[in-house]
Amino acid sequence: MSELFETLFFYFSYPFVRYALLVGVLIALCSSLLGVTLVLKRFSFIGDGLSHVAFGAIAIASVMNLTNEMLIVLPVTVVSAILLLMTGQNTKIKGDAAVALISVGSLALGYLLMNLFSASANVSGDVCSTLFGSTSILTLSLTDVWLCVAMSVLVMGVFLLFYHKIFSVTFDETFASATGVKASFYNLMIAVITAMIIVLAMNLVGSLLISALIICPALSAMRIFRSFRGVILSSAVISVVCAAVGILISVLFSTPVGSTIVAANIVVFLIFWILGQVTGRAKA
Amino acid sequence: MSKQLSCEHVSLGYEGIIVTKNLNFSVSSGDYLCIVGENGSGKSTLIKALLQLKTPISGKITLGDGLRQKEIGYLPQQTIVQKDFPASVQEIVLSGCLNRCGLRPFYSRAEKILAHKNMRKLGICNLQKECYRFLSGGQQQRVLLARALCATQKMLLLDEPVTGLDPKAAAEMYELVAKINREDGITVIMVSHDISAAVRYATHILHLGQEPLFFGTTEDYLKSDIGRAFTKAAGGDTHE
Repeated sequence: MSELFETLFFYFSYPFVRYALLVGVLIALCSSLLGVTLVLKRFSFIGDGLSHVAFGAIAIASVMNLTNEMLIVLPVTVVSAILLLMTGQNTKIKGDAAVALISVGSLALGYLLMNLFSASANVSGDVCSTLFGSTSILTLSLTDVWLCVAMSVLVMGVFLLFYHKIFSVTFDETFASATGVKASFYNLMIAVITAMIIVLAMNLVGSLLISALIICPALSAMRIFRSFRGVILSSAVISVVCAAVGILISVLFSTPVGSTIVAANIVVFLIFWILGQVTGRAKA
Repeated sequence: MSKQLSCEHVSLGYEGIIVTKNLNFSVSSGDYLCIVGENGSGKSTLIKALLQLKTPISGKITLGDGLRQKEIGYLPQQTIVQKDFPASVQEIVLSGCLNRCGLRPFYSRAEKILAHKNMRKLGICNLQKECYRFLSGGQQQRVLLARALCATQKMLLLDEPVTGLDPKAAAEMYELVAKINREDGITVIMVSHDISAAVRYATHILHLGQEPLFFGTTEDYLKSDIGRAFTKAAGGDTHE
């Protein structure tokens, strides 16, 4: 055991490990906050869809040899998020179908582009690391870290300031707009923040596993807690703990970061599910 | 009595199809108006228009007597999302106070007291920490009614408030609404399928069809041809 701690201390003497832990925890925190709203609004798959869009955008950026791919990835993802979340019930193609269409479409196009035009020698390696998360969380520069901290503070600030409005819009959009809450504005805000978090989180777990980061903590929390505030707070805690534990395990045992974090989330979900069944809090 | 809300030559519809046209009616403070009519006669569309969530194709809806748009307490039909929503009763009732908050991010003490008062009025104080999704249908409707009361002091707009309730819970709901109308003087506009309850409680009836079939007091409605035909068809059945 002490050997394990020594190894841990050894790794923590490197700044990149500390950065990874900090960024991982922040991203997990933000995504869990939004996850509750998205799950309750029946948009669980939005993370999946948007991350595939981001994958397509990354492909375009790398084909165009852009040094800073964020310039393309962020706007494209934000626009798609707005289109998906804003359309709501009034479209010809319903929500889930639209998400599926956009997500497989951009995934296929992205891979096609990368294959046709890529300058890299190892296309399948590139693709694999974009899909399942790469070691890029371990190669963060100080600028990346600050960017991530700033975005997280922004997300948390917005969430805190508009907490009650977000609750109202999530629970009952019609009532909210009837009493003068600008529901479409808050939906827009949720869409933009979701897109930002997804682009950030792609570094951590890769685009295929992002949904897990968004929905797992929320679902676990809902097994046990009965108030909106309880669910939000506990899903934040669950997410942070899972991210931290996942990153530590992956550093110690050289497992892939993304899948380890998701595995931790799944374990927590199972525990909470069993607890919910046993205590009878999950009836109905 | 001053008119709180009036509709003049209003036509409603969606995607260019007119559902109901040339609506003329008004509601005064303290009235209890029931809007009845078959499915597809534009009841829900009218509700949306009254809440200004939808603009009428023509005509105009005006508010008077100091009633402001966002001060209409609305009790919508339940959505699927709400069925398994993890929220406590208190959180939901408080969210009715949002229209008082403006840009202020948190609820004030006065708003919490107001929420509590309305929970007491509807007899759900003992449920305030309970989770909404574990409540019975009747209790859930009371929670939503308490929320609507937090949003208004003047007018309630109820969209089929007894749908899915068993007869006993439905009767209790009607009594509650009637009591609020009587004792607090809050105007009630209710959309309903339940014609026999409508004629029992309401002071005025609006019967919608392709064209507005009837608007007037309940007394006149019962004497009219359409009123007689409908109440007879319903046969005194208390639920839809």
